[in-house]
Amino acid sequence: MEHILLRHRDIPDINTINVYKKSGGFAAFKNAVTKMKPGEVTEVVKNSGLRGRGGAGFPTGMKWAFIDNKNWPHYVVANADESEPGTFKDREIMEGNPFQFLEGVAIASYAVGANVAYIYLRGEFWQVAAFLDEKISEMEKAGFLGEKLFGTDYSLKIYTHLGAGAYICGEETALLESIEGKRGQPRVRPPFPPSYGLYGKPTIVNNVETLTNVPLILANGADWYKSMGTADSAGVKIFSLSGRVRKPGNYELPFGTTFRDLIYKYGGGVQDSRSVKAIMPAGASSSLILVDDDKVLDTPMDYASVRTIGGDLGSASVIVIDDTVSIDWVINKTIHFFRHESCGKCTTCREGTYWMSHLTERIHEGKGSTADVDLLLNVAKQMQGKCLCALGEFSTMAVVTGIERFRKDFDKAVKA
Amino acid sequence: MSLAKKYPKEVKQILSKYPPEHKRSAVMPLLYLAQREEGYISKAAMQDVAGIVDITETDVAAIVGFYTLYHDKKEGKYRMQVCTDLPCALRGAEQFMDNLCANLGIKVGETTPDGMITLEAVTCLAACDKAPMFQTQGPDGIKYYENMTVDKTMELVEALKKSGTEVK
Amino acid sequence: MSKQVTLTIDGKQITAPEGMYVADAAKLAGIDIPVFCHHPKLEPVGMCRMCLVEIGRPVRDRATGQFVMENGAPKIQFMPKLETACTNKVEDGMVVMTQSNKAVEGQRGTLEFLLTSHPLDCPICDKGGECPLQNLTMAHGPGKSRFLYDEKIHLDKMVPLGELIWLDRERCIQCARCIRFQSDIAGDSVIGFDERGRSTQIVSFSDPGFDSVFSGNTSDICPVGALTTADFRFGARPWELDAQASICTQCPVGCNTTLNTRREAKSGGDIVVKRVMPRQNEEVNEIWLCDKGRFAYHYAESRKRLAKPQIRKDDKLVRASWDAATKLAAENFQKAKKNFVILASGRLSNEDLFNLKSLADHSDGKAYLYSDMAGGDLTSLVGVSEGTNFGKMGAGTAIVVIASDLYQEAPIWYLRIKQAAARGATLIVLNARETKLDKYASFVVRYAYGDEVKSVNDLSKKSKIGDAVMKAENLVVLFGSDGLGVSGTASVASACAKLLQETEHIGKPNNGLIGVWQRANDQGAFEMGFEVEEDLSKALKGKAVYIVGADPVTDDPKLAKALEGAEFVAVQDVIETATTEIADVVLPAQAFTEREGTFTSGERRVQRFYPAVPVTGDAKPDFSITSQIARHMGIVLEGTSISAVFDILSVSVKSFEGLNYARLAEVKEQWPIVGRSDLYYGGTTYENKQGMGAHLSTAATRGEKVSIPKVQREAAPRPKENELLAIPVTRLYDRGTTILPAELLHERIGEASISLHPDAAKEMGVEAGQTVNVSFNGVSGEAVVKLDETISVGVALIPRSMGFAIHEPIPAKVK
Ligand SMILES: Cc1cc2nc3c(=O)[nH]c(=O)nc-3n(C[C@H](O)[C@H](O)[C@H](O)COP(=O)(O)O)c2cc1C
Ligand code: SF4
Ligand code: FES
Repeated sequence: MEHILLRHRDIPDINTINVYKKSGGFAAFKNAVTKMKPGEVTEVVKNSGLRGRGGAGFPTGMKWAFIDNKNWPHYVVANADESEPGTFKDREIMEGNPFQFLEGVAIASYAVGANVAYIYLRGEFWQVAAFLDEKISEMEKAGFLGEKLFGTDYSLKIYTHLGAGAYICGEETALLESIEGKRGQPRVRPPFPPSYGLYGKPTIVNNVETLTNVPLILANGADWYKSMGTADSAGVKIFSLSGRVRKPGNYELPFGTTFRDLIYKYGGGVQDSRSVKAIMPAGASSSLILVDDDKVLDTPMDYASVRTIGGDLGSASVIVIDDTVSIDWVINKTIHFFRHESCGKCTTCREGTYWMSHLTERIHEGKGSTADVDLLLNVAKQMQGKCLCALGEFSTMAVVTGIERFRKDFDKAVKA
Repeated sequence: MSLAKKYPKEVKQILSKYPPEHKRSAVMPLLYLAQREEGYISKAAMQDVAGIVDITETDVAAIVGFYTLYHDKKEGKYRMQVCTDLPCALRGAEQFMDNLCANLGIKVGETTPDGMITLEAVTCLAACDKAPMFQTQGPDGIKYYENMTVDKTMELVEALKKSGTEVK
Repeated sequence: MSKQVTLTIDGKQITAPEGMYVADAAKLAGIDIPVFCHHPKLEPVGMCRMCLVEIGRPVRDRATGQFVMENGAPKIQFMPKLETACTNKVEDGMVVMTQSNKAVEGQRGTLEFLLTSHPLDCPICDKGGECPLQNLTMAHGPGKSRFLYDEKIHLDKMVPLGELIWLDRERCIQCARCIRFQSDIAGDSVIGFDERGRSTQIVSFSDPGFDSVFSGNTSDICPVGALTTADFRFGARPWELDAQASICTQCPVGCNTTLNTRREAKSGGDIVVKRVMPRQNEEVNEIWLCDKGRFAYHYAESRKRLAKPQIRKDDKLVRASWDAATKLAAENFQKAKKNFVILASGRLSNEDLFNLKSLADHSDGKAYLYSDMAGGDLTSLVGVSEGTNFGKMGAGTAIVVIASDLYQEAPIWYLRIKQAAARGATLIVLNARETKLDKYASFVVRYAYGDEVKSVNDLSKKSKIGDAVMKAENLVVLFGSDGLGVSGTASVASACAKLLQETEHIGKPNNGLIGVWQRANDQGAFEMGFEVEEDLSKALKGKAVYIVGADPVTDDPKLAKALEGAEFVAVQDVIETATTEIADVVLPAQAFTEREGTFTSGERRVQRFYPAVPVTGDAKPDFSITSQIARHMGIVLEGTSISAVFDILSVSVKSFEGLNYARLAEVKEQWPIVGRSDLYYGGTTYENKQGMGAHLSTAATRGEKVSIPKVQREAAPRPKENELLAIPVTRLYDRGTTILPAELLHERIGEASISLHPDAAKEMGVEAGQTVNVSFNGVSGEAVVKLDETISVGVALIPRSMGFAIHEPIPAKVK
């Protein structure tokens, strides 16, 4: 099947404006601006069943429809923070197929009445930002961005904005704070960005992959898109496959593809032909899914199905853990990540990740006791449901499921 | 010299991205500019940036302190930031790091005696399928090096030392 | 009144105003939900996670919007997760459970998390005894730690953020109350968080450190012992302290304070003031104080306090009895007849000033107020009155500030006007130079020194600003003495009064004229009928002078000279000064901490202060000394009961009519509630139980005809070539009698300085930090050069009371 998002894999040089145009690029944007009302664009996206690819899976069209039309100006912000361990899809899109992403930003902006859009890239994407800046100015020169587009009254500017090393800035309100020149710490919600976003104005925040879907949805129609994937998860998804597989990488597949196909058919199977012990389907923020029978591997990867095996699809960054790995090591890793990335704003996460990191370290170093494992589980549970944003909640996922589902590894670690 | 005098074009271009009443937004790009030459942001530079965007020096310092890519101390000319996070670690990043330390003769967090390289362990850089990998942060910005071996890395180090700048 | 919402908290049905947060509504209803980061004066941030509660909301029918009923009551749907009471607003039909198992478990969890990093050093912590964290831990905290002691982080315990405020990094719970106070309320974002996660720490990068005149407030609202003042830290335990109500004597705002006192060996077993704390008065200072008010109280305990009356014998001051001293003064005053002159300052109470004025009136004498500012006759006529409250001003109100740097001159007004502007009031700042208030103004007008009156007159012209002034429902005008002397302020006051009168902005609440006076009770003196004399040296020369609460000899060599030539000098003061040294009679007065009385604030609010510490030596209250002198002159003035003096004055001074001590002691219900044992809300501010004071009436409110004197246009003097126009400005910290004894403030007071425009400095070949010689009007001295780009090239700013006797704009030579 031809790619919808990773089209650079099929069409050489699609990252040059001429090739992109020749491949039908910008027609959807032009058509939207010249022939459609903003609300109609939103309607198409709504009907396509497109859900956010940033992790939460929120219906994109519905989010656009929430924009507060009583308060102006509006902004669109593309979330290119891509910092979830195991996620590396947005970077490939931006490097490989930048114009389709930018066109998606442009269409979203038109749909919600924004004349300025920002792309928030993690600071490490320094080169990507420079590359996008070039592409943006090419679009300006070609008349796809700027004042009075296609002879209408609609104007649009797109700017890149670099973060500087903070996972939390992927959380949309922290991201907005960061663009505002502040410490990237989440805001109290509600109000949500569609009513109170950048500079206190209505703002739509969408993931890079989400937006990259939009041009083709507009070009080919909602039904075309819905025809792919499953009932609750329409379309295609880029699965970032990493960990102990032979061929890690991004795989663009319809929702509903099974873990088994991803790992064995596309990923070439497990390294050293070991067996899969656990799967983290949503990066470091995942529950650890115990792979103890075939049913798990045969689970289709869509939002609803993954939930049935005790996990969440999230950003679909599938980390494969084989039977050589001890889970206490895994959660020691994830907790160190979260302790390092906790913004420090709320007590629960700031103190909880700090405490958990001491415990996992002690356990992993073989200095822990059974009581420490119990305490770790207890501390993680004490955090659950009490954090200001999802980062703190994420930090407990691997701990709780790791201990509950792989207790043996911990028992061994404390005995050793 | 102040940033506005030294890089008038860049400063103007940065400020033009944001609504004039929200020029505070420019603080992050300006800090990158301030960090360009010395690899860190001095107190004077923070003051300078504060002046441009009209916030206090403390507000600027609070931002420098929050984000890991800003540094308030002088260290190696290049920071070699190796990802040792979970996905990379599953693909040998930790061993890579150990070998690198042995070859460079420094520990994580230390700087080579010639002041060229500071070695750091960092969290996920969105290149998990291409481990071992690292990025360099130096005068010419940030660059990724993926699917690396220790040999290739040492070649890079040598080249950096020789030319004083990044190789293509 | 705003719409009321009915909800249920812990089974109790309560009503609260729409828009209120659940935590506050609970507090209103007497239910304490524990909080740390929340403070009703600050925007909610929901970050400490202490106030976790269960919240249920009635289910509404999608079609009709009506509540869905279940068993005869609205069906309530509870959220799966606990919610923060500090960020959720009350809603009709809401059900809140603060004590359910789930809620209590959540609150305990947060408390335990907070304690994992806390040093638990309560026995040596200044906050111990008045600490919300300590209280909560005693009530609900875990008895044992599940966290290993060795794994606790240990951080610096004595970090000076500046010379006034110290930080204990271990005790900080990262609630950001202090940071949010500084950035959102004070507008000085000079402390902030460095790092992130568990490494988050408070830092200050300003120069000097913690560069804000509001810094002390952070130590109050800090819910733990992380922030302490250099003045009080390790000074006493809160439970040893007594609390007495008082009024700040440092500026015309009249902040309500509490003096914390205790007996102490260090002071020879005497009762001494250990600290000054805010006392809530939402109509005056809310729960805040400026640092001058908080730290400059030390003069009352100065070693230079006068304790006994003295008489000059053989050119030496020797001890005398009260009778002998007052008699000597009386004889000389009586002898002087028309040449009897009283020079008194606004440091005195209304009662003192009333007796002094009565003495002058009954004896052909003259009573002058020691001030560089006139215009008080006009604030009496068209000043603000009953019902005026900056805290309630917002859209519809225009506030004009002319010739004043409020941040320096009256910091709490600055703070309240800034907030009124944030609520939508139109702020118009007219000044010759940039001031901090400009940032919050809708309009800023820059005039040249000398054009003050014109710039006021221009406000009634057709223009955007003119419209804003004309169309405003309410108009308040504040005038100060930035670059103005006696005649200048008189003209400006007239121009402002005229504007108010012509636009019919007098005689009603939240309208009128306010003087940004130099001392706390200048307004009181004006109400009593004191006048200001421009040429004081002429007025004093050869006279029999009664100086009360002023030190002209230190302030001005010309006045010193004039007093040398005086017939007789009696000086009544609290501490020894250069003026007491040249006196023929020295009369020791009680400090405000030792007696009671009333002050009239610039907003014309009369407020009571109360005795807190025992009297020094034989000192007497001023009104009583004056009455004793008067008696020797055959004039009867009340001299024993201060409330009796007040009763007399309330009959003879029209604006005081109807007021008495009981009325002044009345207290209204206030929000936020700061007085309960939980301490969460006000930090350690004190509940006001001793009186919020009362406004004076104005001629306008009494319906009298108001006639405003014709405005004299004052042109600024023209400097000659090689001269600059020296401009007097007022700084918060200066070398005044009541500030200098506070050693802690010396670094902020600094040296005598002169501010020049960089171009002027360049032309003169001087640099910042260099010492220059400044001379004008026969005086000269050294000053350190500062550069200020916001002033014009031809002027030089010279702060008052910093060694230079500058009263009005004057040409000066700078070398
Ligand atoms: C801690 C945290 C990190 C996140 N990181 C990212 C990210 O890197 N990229 C992203 O698109 N969304 C991220 N999200 C999700 C965003 O908050 C937001 O839901 C998303 O950008 C919305 O876009 P979508 O609807 O297109 O998915 C993160 C959320 C949290 C709580
Ligand atoms: S110092 Fe006090 S007020 Fe400031 S963050 Fe820490 S605990 Fe809160
Ligand atoms: S989170 Fe509610 S008081 Fe702090």
